[in-house]
Amino acid sequence: MSVLKLDHVKKDFKLRDGLKTTTIHAVKDATFELPSDKTIALVGESGSGKSTIARMITCLETPTSGTITLDGEPVPTHGRKLYEYRHNVQMVFQDPFASLNPYHTIFHHIARPLMLNHLANSREEYEQKVIELLERVELTPATKFMYRRPHELSGGQRQRVAIARALAPQPKVLIADEPVSMLDVSLRLGVLNLLSRIQQEEHIGMLYITHDLATARHFSDEIMVMYHGDIVEHGPADDVILHPQQEYTKVLLAAAPDPEKHFAKVRAERARQ
Amino acid sequence: MSETNTATSAAKTVVPKRRHPIWDSVKRVLPERSPKLIVGLTIVGLMVLFAIVVPIFTKDPNKINDIGLSAPSAQHWLGTTQSGQDVFTQLGYSVRGSLTIGFSVGIIATAMSFIFGVLGTYIGGIWDDLFSLITNIMLVIPGLPLTIVIAALMPSKGTMMLVIVISITAWAGSARVLRAQTLSMRGRDYVLAAKIAGERPWRVITVEILPNLLPVIGSQFVFAVIMAILSESSLSFIGLGSTSSYSLGTMLFYAQNGSALNTGAWWWFLPPGLMIAIIGAGLSFINFSIDEVINPRLRKTSSKKNKGKKKR
Repeated sequence: MSVLKLDHVKKDFKLRDGLKTTTIHAVKDATFELPSDKTIALVGESGSGKSTIARMITCLETPTSGTITLDGEPVPTHGRKLYEYRHNVQMVFQDPFASLNPYHTIFHHIARPLMLNHLANSREEYEQKVIELLERVELTPATKFMYRRPHELSGGQRQRVAIARALAPQPKVLIADEPVSMLDVSLRLGVLNLLSRIQQEEHIGMLYITHDLATARHFSDEIMVMYHGDIVEHGPADDVILHPQQEYTKVLLAAAPDPEKHFAKVRAERARQ
Repeated sequence: MSETNTATSAAKTVVPKRRHPIWDSVKRVLPERSPKLIVGLTIVGLMVLFAIVVPIFTKDPNKINDIGLSAPSAQHWLGTTQSGQDVFTQLGYSVRGSLTIGFSVGIIATAMSFIFGVLGTYIGGIWDDLFSLITNIMLVIPGLPLTIVIAALMPSKGTMMLVIVISITAWAGSARVLRAQTLSMRGRDYVLAAKIAGERPWRVITVEILPNLLPVIGSQFVFAVIMAILSESSLSFIGLGSTSSYSLGTMLFYAQNGSALNTGAWWWFLPPGLMIAIIGAGLSFINFSIDEVINPRLRKTSSKKNKGKKKR
C-alpha cells in the first residue's frame, strides 16, 4: 500500500507589478497523508488553495517549502526522474470540454499515457487496452467511441474519457478537481459512483476536491476544510459534517441549502394559516 | 419490412471502421471548401503554372532585338521593351522570380515567428521575456526603411540576399499573433493533462499545441508571402533589388527607367503591375477562407459536418 504524504507544504506566488512585488500565500501550511485505500475530500471556498495543492501534487508547481513524498520518496521537481514519477499521480480536470484536445481522437488521449509507460507492444495491443479502459469507465460499445473526436461526445462521456485517461498509466493517486461541477445534474451521480468504484477496486488514493459538502460526505472517508491557505479542519467525514469544530466549517455548512429545514419552515407556515 | 428493420438495427451495432488517421488529421486543418478558396487556389495555381511553363517555352529574356518598343503582335505577344526584349518572356521569368522570393520568405518568416512566438512563449520565464522583447523591437521599427537600409548595405545583390532581408522584417507581426495564441493554449487543461501524463515539452508543442495553431500559422504564411512579393517589388522598383535575376519589381524598374510611361508603352509596365495585383488577390482569397476556419462567425452558412469546429 502506498502513501502520499504532504509535510508542512507551503506555496507562495510572487506577483510583479512594475518594481513592486506582492506575495500571495496560496497554501500556508498543509500536512496530511493520503493512503491508497482512502478518499479524502478537500473542501473550501474559491481561492482557498485547493487547486494549488492539486497542482503541487501533480508537479505542475513546486512547493516553496515543505516536502511531498510518495512511499517515502520525495517527489522530483525536474529532469528525467520527474517524467518517471508522472504516472504515479493522475488528475481528472473540472471542465471536460477543455481537458480533451479537440484535434485528437479518443484513442490518442488514452493510448498516449499507455505508450509513455510502454504498457503494450503493438498497435493492436494498444487498441485492446484502450477498449478495456473505455469499458471500465462504462463507455460502451468502446469501439464506437475509440476513433471519435471529443466534440462528438457529450459532457458526461467526455468526463469518462478523462477518467479513462487518468487511469491508463495505473496511478497510485488520483486527483479529481471538481470532476462533476461542469456536468449536468442528472449525470453527476453516475460519474461519482464510477470514481468511487474505481477507487475501491484499484486501491487508488483519491483526493476529491469539491465545493459540495453533501457529495464530500457521501463519497469520502475523510474531509479536509481549507480556508485562506490553511487546512482548518480535518477528520472523518461524518464527524466534520455532524460535529464541526471550527467556526468556518460551521459557516460553510450553514451556507449549504438544506431542503429539510426549508420544508419544515414551509410546513410550519402552512399550519399557522 | 421487418427484414429491412433488422438490417438497419444490425447496421447500427456494427463497429464503425477505423478512420484513416493521417488523412483525417490533414482534413481537419484544411479550410472548408468555399468559393473564395477555390477562386484563390485557381488564381495562384495558374500563376505558378505560368511561372513554370513560360520560361520553358521561351528564349532568353535578355536577348536584344532591333525592334525596340514595338506594340503587341503575333511575334511578340506583349510587345518589346526599349531594347527589343520580349515582354512576355520577361513576364514569365519575373513571375517565377517573385513567387520564388515570396514563398521562400513565407517559409523563413513563418519558421522565425514560430520560434519567437511559440517556443519562447511555451518555455516561459526569461526566454519569453527575451523573445517578446526582440519581437516588439522588430515590430516598432518601420519595415520598409529598415529593409532599404539593410538592402543598401548588403554586399551582393542576389535573390538569396533579398529573401534574407525581407524575412528579417516580415516575421515580427505573426510572432506576436502566435504568442497570443500560445499564451492562451499553454494553460489549457488538455496541455496540462498532456504534461501530467508525462509528455516531453517538444511533444506537447508539436502534437498538442501545433495542430490547433495550424490555421493561424497558415494564414500568417499566406500573409507573409503577399508581404514579401510587395516589398520585393518596392525594393526592386527603387533599384535596390537583385540585378542578376528577374522579378516583377525589376521589370517595373526597367520600365520606369526606359520611360515606358512617357512614351505610352503600356504593354511594358501594365502586365507586371497587373500580375502583382492578381497574385495578391489570389493569395488574399486563400487567406479569407482560412480566416473562416479561425473565426467561424465569418462563415455565412455552416455545413452540418463542421458544426463541432465552432467550439474551438
